[in-house]
Amino acid sequence: MTHLLEDDLQAFVDDVLDEARRGEVEAYLAQRPEEAARLHAYRAQDAALRALFDPVLAEPVPAALAARPAARRWRPVALAASVLFAGVAIGWIARGSVAPLPQAAASLARSAAIAHAVYSPEVRHPVEVGADQQDHLVKWLSKRLGTDLRVPELATLGYDLVGGRLLSGSQGPVAQFMYQDAKGQRLTLYVSTQKGEGRDTAFRFSQEDKVSVFYWIDRNYGYALSGEIKRDALLALATAVYQQLSP
Amino acid sequence: MDSHQILEHIPRLRRYARALLGDRYAADDLVQDTLERAWNKFHLWRPGSDLRAWLFTIMHNVFVNQVRSKRSEIEKTMEELPVVAVRATQSDSLEIADVERALRALPDEQREVLILVAIEEMTYDEVSRALAIPIGTVMSRLSRARERMRRLIAGVQPAVPFKVVK
Repeated sequence: MTHLLEDDLQAFVDDVLDEARRGEVEAYLAQRPEEAARLHAYRAQDAALRALFDPVLAEPVPAALAARPAARRWRPVALAASVLFAGVAIGWIARGSVAPLPQAAASLARSAAIAHAVYSPEVRHPVEVGADQQDHLVKWLSKRLGTDLRVPELATLGYDLVGGRLLSGSQGPVAQFMYQDAKGQRLTLYVSTQKGEGRDTAFRFSQEDKVSVFYWIDRNYGYALSGEIKRDALLALATAVYQQLSP
Repeated sequence: MDSHQILEHIPRLRRYARALLGDRYAADDLVQDTLERAWNKFHLWRPGSDLRAWLFTIMHNVFVNQVRSKRSEIEKTMEELPVVAVRATQSDSLEIADVERALRALPDEQREVLILVAIEEMTYDEVSRALAIPIGTVMSRLSRARERMRRLIAGVQPAVPFKVVK
């Protein structure tokens, strides 16, 4: 066995060793329970840190942080400018939508695209509850959103459910379901409650940087399907989602 | 200017800042200062390069310049605190409060590396570039941070109570 360095043990904790080296570390640890316990503790504390701070990802971003620089420069000028500042910020956040929309619908697409961009690249923790516990996932998210959620099935279109997570949106809790195809391409379905909006919308499309989003509001719920795939392909998937959720 | 790409990274920047500073308002201030600088310097970002890494580098620089100078004295006191011997057995179920307190007790440069590796899940190479330190330094800080955390969590109540660092 080649000499093991502390660096190898750290890399073992982070699960980034190649197979051969990992085998060597495991063999080494089998002989040294104290070392094994030490590395085990490192993994446990790393997991605890994620549990502590991952919820920050789901918090709505304060409007002040999402304002673009042109709006920010007004800030020192005068207090009166803050009204304009808010107006510019809202206008900017809502941009990307073509026609004038109820604000809720426009921000739905934007929030969904951001949530997609945040979670879809996650390698180790893309979801909170995996598809292997689908019943638990659906019950949990249904309870938090106060409705009977259904998870659309997209396997026939090549996308399997990875799992889901709970996020918090501007109007309350949001469920995010993640799907993945054989190549690792991911889609997310964002389901939010739309309080007091009560207005159904047709299918709308929004392009938010690389993320394409089809979204619609159906009774008190907003739905948005996001993915970094072509519009036509996403439309087929969004149609399938719509048909399953609104029979 | 396509700076709205920056928006997608705000949740991660907030998570990093919160883990770094603890206090949510101080953390959002750090994020705001970071974003301000990022937007002003966006023309310097090379399209196609890793935007996340670029933003984390900016945040690190802002943190070092602004926040750390205010806290250096408190940090020194923290580093001098004795580390209590590890108990023979360590429970798997870590008390969240203990974990948070131990994180706060780490020196800044160790805490930064640990957060980027454990929470942000950057590779060692990415951390090395984001913080502009050699990879050997990344590894030694990571190793020291984890071991110090472990001892703090496992230890009996420290003789010196920790102060809340804002």
